[in-house]
Amino acid sequence: MIFDKWIAAFSHEKLTCGACKKEFSVKELRKALYICPECGKYMRIGGRERINQVVDKKSFEEFATGLSSVDFLEFPGYADKLTKAIDSTGEDDAVICGHATIGGHPCAIFVMDARFMMASMGSVVGEKITRTFEYATEHHIPVIGFTASGGARMQEGIISLMQMAKCSAAVKKHSTEGNLYITVLTDPTTGGVTASFAMQGDIILAEPNALVGFAGRRVVEQTTKSQLPDNFQSAEFILEHGFADAIVPREELIDTLTTILKLHRKERVAG
Amino acid sequence: MTPYEKLKMTRQNGRPTGVAYINGIFDDRIELHGDRRFAEDAAIISGIGSIDDIPVTYIAIEKGVDLATRMKTNFGCPKPEGYRKALRLMKQAEKFGRPVVCFVDTQGAFCGADGEERGQGEAIAENIMEMLGLQTPTVSIVIGEGGSGGALALCSADRVYMMEHAVYSVISPEGCASILWKDASRAEDAAQCLRITADDMKSFGVAETIIPEDFDNFDVTCAVIKKQLKEDLTELLKKKTDALLSDRYMRFRKFGIYEENGETRGTVAYSI
Ligand SMILES: [Zn+2]
Repeated sequence: MIFDKWIAAFSHEKLTCGACKKEFSVKELRKALYICPECGKYMRIGGRERINQVVDKKSFEEFATGLSSVDFLEFPGYADKLTKAIDSTGEDDAVICGHATIGGHPCAIFVMDARFMMASMGSVVGEKITRTFEYATEHHIPVIGFTASGGARMQEGIISLMQMAKCSAAVKKHSTEGNLYITVLTDPTTGGVTASFAMQGDIILAEPNALVGFAGRRVVEQTTKSQLPDNFQSAEFILEHGFADAIVPREELIDTLTTILKLHRKERVAG
Repeated sequence: MTPYEKLKMTRQNGRPTGVAYINGIFDDRIELHGDRRFAEDAAIISGIGSIDDIPVTYIAIEKGVDLATRMKTNFGCPKPEGYRKALRLMKQAEKFGRPVVCFVDTQGAFCGADGEERGQGEAIAENIMEMLGLQTPTVSIVIGEGGSGGALALCSADRVYMMEHAVYSVISPEGCASILWKDASRAEDAAQCLRITADDMKSFGVAETIIPEDFDNFDVTCAVIKKQLKEDLTELLKKKTDALLSDRYMRFRKFGIYEENGETRGTVAYSI
């Protein structure tokens, strides 16, 4: 219900393509799956837009709601940044989780939202993603995770680093019990998220042209002391180097996910 | 000492590096090389040895002791092949029921273009995940600098020790200052804000034990570590695999401080 209201609320807003600077209505963009109708650029999508795009109509039920970040280190500027991010996105933090069906197949899903503090991972993001895996393990269903992140949320100090381990432990458990995990790497997936659950999928898909890497481009340039190719750390680059299974255009994503889920149906319980 | 002074101390010449700890703690050492995939990485020194009658696999990030060795080890920044070598040895340890002891001392994983080409992110991700599922006891000791994901890749263990003046951080204070304040010279402030000292790690529950440093009598320091390792490994080796894994799961599950429907949650109680 809330979701339907949300969809209606944003329909008349206007958005500008970052590449060609043309302006489009949300309604128009939604129809085009947020691929710029003018220049073809894949625009970044908010978490709820993404869910709306891929799951079966009215199948999404959000869980792990009502969690919000605490500035427990009293880190300079953190409280302010949180308030701004909450106000501008209407979200509690940088990830939305729930269960849904895709092509009729049940799954748990998490979607990171780069509009919220560049989807950096602090306690809330780590906790919600961990709960998604724990829910899916308990219900023996696949997890589909849309990753996007600038990395760990340094304003939470070492506790943000520990989220990488916390989530990885939950991924491992889900995996050990024979469950499927599909990651969809979206723009930008970097740092601690790349170095943990983004790269732990059984099947790793990526959106065309998405930035995917571990270290920041500037740091790499300084270390390597040479010009990097234009496509460095793009989805195409990681596919070429063997770190993604496939690049899937947005308009094919539902079909691809449905097929993969169908091929992993559990007809027989092991043991 | 301020947190930043501690950090600078971990980078100083003359501070013992991984290899010194290995030589000081383990007997019957056999060094093992290579990831069997791509290359040997000198930034990771690994092999088999023993603590009294317990055979162990040791894995250390080695910074090097002079310019020549530091060039060879990339100043203690492991490449993907280094992490894959570490993982190979962990899996081998699991097969033979040997505990794994890691020594961590790095500013972070290697950040060059060839590291990205060979999947630095994937290599670290795989290490963290597999280490958390490893069916044999694991202990990690941060001996100098515990830098970010590159350190966590060898720190996802049953027990973590911190050397007295070692630091552990999600990002280098220099990196933090330049991202947040566009001013790397404010690293001192960042180090303060980030909470990176051994005492901080203990109060967060990130580390269980702090090892006193007496580098003038390094054999004494090694004897303390050896005694602590023996005690912890003996206890961990008694656990059934299921209990070992579920205790390790809970060790990491507890991390996080957040509000849920108005109530502050997270089992780590921490007050500034
Ligand atoms: Zn455009």
